Amino acid sequence: MNKKQKKVLIRIIVAATLIVVLSLMPIEGYVKFGLFMIPYLVIGYDILKKAFKGILNKQVFDENFLMAVATIGAIALGDYKEGTAVMLFYQIGELFQSYAVGKSRKNISELMDIRPDYANIEKDGKLEKVDPDEVEIGTVIVVQPGEKIPIDGIVTEGNSTLNTSALTGESLPRQTAVGDEVISGCINMTGVLKIQTTKEFGESTVSKILDLVENSSSKKSKSENFISKFAKYYTPAVCYGALALAILPPLVRMLAMGIAPEWGEWIYRALTFLVISCPCALVISIPLSFFAGIGGASNQGVLVKGSNYLETLAQTKYVVFDKTGTMTQGVFEVSGIHHSKMENEKLLEYAALAESSSGHPISKSLQKAYGKPIDRNRVTDVEEISGNGVIAKVDGIAVAAGNAKLMKRLGIEYKECHHVGTVVHMVVDGTYAGHILISDILKPHAKEAIHALKKAGISKTVMLTGDAKNVAEQIAKELGIEEVCSELLPSDKVEKVEELLKKKGEKEKLAFVGDGINDAPVLSRADIGIAMGALGSDAAIEAADVVLMDDDPLKIAKAIKIARKCIRIVYENIYFAIGIKIICLILGALGIANMWTAIFADVGVMVIAVLNAIRALFVKKL
Amino acid sequence: MKKTYKIDVDCANCANKMEEAAKNTAGVKDATVNFMALKMIVEFEDGQEPKTVMQEVLKNCKKVEDDCEIFL
Repeated sequence: MNKKQKKVLIRIIVAATLIVVLSLMPIEGYVKFGLFMIPYLVIGYDILKKAFKGILNKQVFDENFLMAVATIGAIALGDYKEGTAVMLFYQIGELFQSYAVGKSRKNISELMDIRPDYANIEKDGKLEKVDPDEVEIGTVIVVQPGEKIPIDGIVTEGNSTLNTSALTGESLPRQTAVGDEVISGCINMTGVLKIQTTKEFGESTVSKILDLVENSSSKKSKSENFISKFAKYYTPAVCYGALALAILPPLVRMLAMGIAPEWGEWIYRALTFLVISCPCALVISIPLSFFAGIGGASNQGVLVKGSNYLETLAQTKYVVFDKTGTMTQGVFEVSGIHHSKMENEKLLEYAALAESSSGHPISKSLQKAYGKPIDRNRVTDVEEISGNGVIAKVDGIAVAAGNAKLMKRLGIEYKECHHVGTVVHMVVDGTYAGHILISDILKPHAKEAIHALKKAGISKTVMLTGDAKNVAEQIAKELGIEEVCSELLPSDKVEKVEELLKKKGEKEKLAFVGDGINDAPVLSRADIGIAMGALGSDAAIEAADVVLMDDDPLKIAKAIKIARKCIRIVYENIYFAIGIKIICLILGALGIANMWTAIFADVGVMVIAVLNAIRALFVKKL
Repeated sequence: MKKTYKIDVDCANCANKMEEAAKNTAGVKDATVNFMALKMIVEFEDGQEPKTVMQEVLKNCKKVEDDCEIFL
């Protein structure tokens, strides 16, 4: 508890004790009034002050005003004890609320406790701790076992295992050795590592993630906007309602019916009405639910950029996947070379060199299969044709490497491959020189992921890929994906998604899942863009609405389940709080509910709603 | 231009009121208050000096919620 809260707690204890003592004392009349004013002012002076200032600033209708009017009214009617108790319970409720909010703020920041405090730099054989912000790119930093890696970089010395669980929610340790890229936020477990930094601290993964999480609830959901609007009209409406309840029935009784007006009774009912009406439960529990939901999700390695996205994610009915890097590992291996007119190795050499400037996974696997260092100086006139392949000159000889489309484009006859995989056709010096077969490997959880999505009620799964039809269809069949569109250029993917967007209903949302390479436009076009395995990929973190930190496709279903749980809690709280309030308001107007029921309807409902909201934090077992 | 400020405020409804007040301040294009993170993100209109605008924002916020603070 902080200072402010402790002070309120002391006031609560003092006031509560005084109330109990005073109600046991045989006092009456002005003495009773005078003595009860002591606990009343002890507990309520700040509320009265705020209410008064509110009136001065023309901000009349807020909960301070409601409470001030209700309690002063009760005291004026001679219900000293009830008036003071209402103020006391209101303060208890406020204290609980501020404590709960503070606690969950802390919880969530602990969940995301990945901010490194320092970096070690070696100077004259000694380690010196410096602010990570001051470390320049290219500096060698030392990370000892048990420390967090503060800045992204490349290992120059040492072997170790890294714990990435704070980033990915995945507890499996990662091996790292010299030459490996490491990302900030991981914890070094076993050996001392020397790392040459490749980024500034502010551009490092850890800073990007923290920034994203901390600013996440700034994009407000429809429910939150609804509640703010609701509160804006609701409070004045209830105040006028209470006023009407205090004045109209007695007047009608007196003038039209000719019976005793019973002013006291109706004013009491009106005051009860005011106490019940306080909108705190709603106003606090909705943003708290979203905050807790986003916090719980980030602990599981699912970063959601705003509560509005949580809302959309919960309504997702269509899931569209990219293939490479999403459902498959994107680690291609050369599995065969066919119809080669020259030595296999020679063909591979041409292919690897021609593709050497491309960052595509295919080109990486060619280089891997070639196995020798690439001399880029041997490659000239490189022309990459998106969705087709590459044309380049290797040692001055014209080489073209690409798919069937490239062959058609160049007007060269080619041989179809009968195996399933990605085929790189080769043209060397203007003649067809055979093709290289490359197969991708499915991700370990890809099949379970689709199954989990269907179980979660996703009505349609679609896979989009630039890959050949037979490869795509075989993978889709194996995974159980319903629809597949193959041989698409990056721009075709946007069109396909647009087509799907048109077909679906208003309330059904479409999610696109990609690895962020080449599919940024699709990520932003879909109702909700999910980037996966995004550690280290800035483009994906920027373009997507939801970022899955590791590349396990099972997390897609998990993200949807987390979102649904959170939204369910939000609706529970909206219906529960408004429902109880309306019932109590009716009972209050009829004179059935007294001031004590009113206190429950106000403070009790708020406490229950806040506790319910905190449930959104617990999503591990979903 | 967008800037983020740390704020201190006790209740969620007060945070909503601060947001409303900040939005209605001259020179402010848009403003969001994030109660849970205790942050205010203000987007300024072109050519406005954030420092002077923020003084006004603070004044307006104090008007609607006496017990609030913006750390400028």
